[in-house]
Amino acid sequence: MINFWGYSISETRSINYDTNDKSMTEYIARVVPSSKLCIGCGGCTAGCTAGNLTNFNIRKIQMLMKRGENKEAKEQLQKCMLCGKCMLVCPRGVETRKMILEMLNYIKTKLKS
Amino acid sequence: MQQYEYTNKIYYDHFVLPFTIGLVVLLGYLCVKYYKWIKSFPKEERKKIRKGLFSFKTIRSGWEIFRESLLHHNIFKTNPMLGYMHMTFAFGWFLLIVVGKIESMVYHTSAFNPPYFAIFFRYFHPAKETFPHSEFFAFLMDLILTFLLIGILLAVTKRFCSRIFGMKKTTKQRAYDLLILTVLWLIFPVRFLAESFTSGLNGGGSFLTHNAGNFFSGFLPLESLSYPAWWLYSSLLGLFFLLLPFSRYMHIPTEMVYIFLKNWGVKQGKEYNGFSEIQVNSCSRCGICINTCQLNTSCNINDTQPVYFFRRLRNHEEYAQQAEDCLMCGRCENSCPVGINLNAIRQSKRPDILRVTKDTYAYVPQPEVKPAKVAYFAGCMSHLTPGIIKSMLQIFEKTKADYTFIDEKAGVCCGRPLALSGNWKAAQVVMDKNLQMIDASQADILVTSCPICYKTFKEDYLLNIKVMHHTEYIDMLIREGKLKVNALDLKTVFHNPCELGRGCGVVEAPESVLKQVSQKIPTVYDGKKSLCCGGSLANTVIDATQKTKISSDTVKAYAAYQPDIIVTACPLCKKTLGKTSLEIPVKDIAELVAEA
Ligand code: SF4
Ligand code: SF4
Ligand code: SF4
Ligand code: SF4
Ligand code: SF4
Repeated sequence: MINFWGYSISETRSINYDTNDKSMTEYIARVVPSSKLCIGCGGCTAGCTAGNLTNFNIRKIQMLMKRGENKEAKEQLQKCMLCGKCMLVCPRGVETRKMILEMLNYIKTKLKS
Repeated sequence: MQQYEYTNKIYYDHFVLPFTIGLVVLLGYLCVKYYKWIKSFPKEERKKIRKGLFSFKTIRSGWEIFRESLLHHNIFKTNPMLGYMHMTFAFGWFLLIVVGKIESMVYHTSAFNPPYFAIFFRYFHPAKETFPHSEFFAFLMDLILTFLLIGILLAVTKRFCSRIFGMKKTTKQRAYDLLILTVLWLIFPVRFLAESFTSGLNGGGSFLTHNAGNFFSGFLPLESLSYPAWWLYSSLLGLFFLLLPFSRYMHIPTEMVYIFLKNWGVKQGKEYNGFSEIQVNSCSRCGICINTCQLNTSCNINDTQPVYFFRRLRNHEEYAQQAEDCLMCGRCENSCPVGINLNAIRQSKRPDILRVTKDTYAYVPQPEVKPAKVAYFAGCMSHLTPGIIKSMLQIFEKTKADYTFIDEKAGVCCGRPLALSGNWKAAQVVMDKNLQMIDASQADILVTSCPICYKTFKEDYLLNIKVMHHTEYIDMLIREGKLKVNALDLKTVFHNPCELGRGCGVVEAPESVLKQVSQKIPTVYDGKKSLCCGGSLANTVIDATQKTKISSDTVKAYAAYQPDIIVTACPLCKKTLGKTSLEIPVKDIAELVAEA
């Protein structure tokens, strides 16, 4: 965002599914199949230890990743403390903690910049 | 025809070569290996060895080696049949060597006869030449040999029908292991044959070999069999020694080294080093850990128990999944007869993947903490079980404690979940945040409701104040008369959380509290034998269904005692068991105390 004497230009909000890098979400869907069960209820975020202290939002990161938008995950995901509360509250049995670990792993080793 | 060199006092025949070469190569290999491993220890650990070497600890180790490596006292406790089998092998062989050595020394009166002399004594000793107590020695040696042969019979039976031993599965073998196993099994029967043949030819021996010799001489050409039998015996021994370092039997010498190191105070750190290697090689593959593991009993997972995990490590096979596929419940560690640090070793094999910088957790605000005598850290999981927190606050109020609730609003995780996934660096950053908070509270006692937090506070934080789990704190309050409780009219069973009982050795406090507030039913799962709730954060391989299976099996086991309530002492256990225990309520011990 460029600040131009008080005016700014918002980042484009268009999402191009065709050019987005879906490799991470494909990988996650494969190694953590339960992540496909998410209904986006936000329970994980509500109880999140990290989310309690900052605007870290695990539901949102998850949702963005599924669209192939990996920027937020790359920037934010290490904020998680792996405490596992999200997994315990999830009504759908999504193994969020494992998913986070796998995402971190993927970002570190395989994701193209 | 058999020409023994009776007159020539140099006891030698070419057939002793395989044995001697095998022995020398083995000893050389072991020395190099152990030297390398010990050299890789961190400095402080090596210092402990130097300090311990000439202390009482060394004598104690000797006793422990006798008890564990020879008598297998611990295996006996778990499984008498299995213990007997291991004992006949180890102790029998040991006696055979020692008594054989004494016998040969009595005969020859020199301590310096070559090592093979005692082993092949029956070959070198002219049977007609008696010496003090020779009959008695012959009897004793035959007795020990009988003992060993029975052991082998048991071992063979165990391999083919393991149910007699109360073990569901015998540990799986690869071809190499089968080879050395066959060699080991053949050694003593062949010794028996060689001695019997010699006895049949020249006399000597006692009730076993003498009679067998006479029997064989009736129909076998002993003249041409006896000498090759000694060659075979020597070759089998030599082959066994050469194969040993690369087989499970490496545990025989390594376990002794491990016992010394353990008694000198060497500890398994966070890193996988030579000490871990020594422990991995000390595993006798007894298989006891397979049967205690709930991943096996509830989920039929049979490739991840320490015995398999260690075998992968030793054979340099892929182990990434096995490193993660473990609840770290410690049930195996608690029953391992060798006392290996199974969990710590597994944890050291989990990769550190988080990219932590000093800013990673910079979003955590500076804590504002009111100073007080007692600092209460509920733990983040406890914030999902408000009942526990409420009960603890009630107890603090009731006893008019000077307390401060340090993670009431802006608490962070204790760091152990990060550490459990291998991310020690990240854990350290989170731990520093909590340390600041604990320091700011200026408390003398830190009380926590979460056994996971408790373990890491105690072991990793290096605090100089007292750390108590709430069960210990409540127990103290009751003992000091500060908290009065009445026994409720409820039948209870106690599920001791893995991290509390096995993890930190807190067993008496919760039991004593529970007995005072309810009618506690004793179970076979009391104390360190408790079952895992299945909710452990440590396992990232099994899925929700498998966790539920473990949890419901655990609930079933406790429910069999028909309690009114299943009591536990951990927010995570309470949540996990509560989800599957539909008929019997699950409560934390603090909640019961608050009601009583
Ligand atoms: S709690 Fe579970 S279902 Fe709800 S948003 Fe989080 S992951 Fe999805
Ligand atoms: S594991 Fe991470 S995302 Fe889940 S609740 Fe804990 S801090 Fe939040
Ligand atoms: S780890 Fe311990 S219990 Fe398991 S097989 Fe090895 S020695 Fe036996
Ligand atoms: S720690 Fe528990 S889950 Fe892991 S191997 Fe041992 S018994 Fe099995
Ligand atoms: S151990 Fe569990 S409950 Fe305790 S602070 Fe850490 S994550 Fe939270």
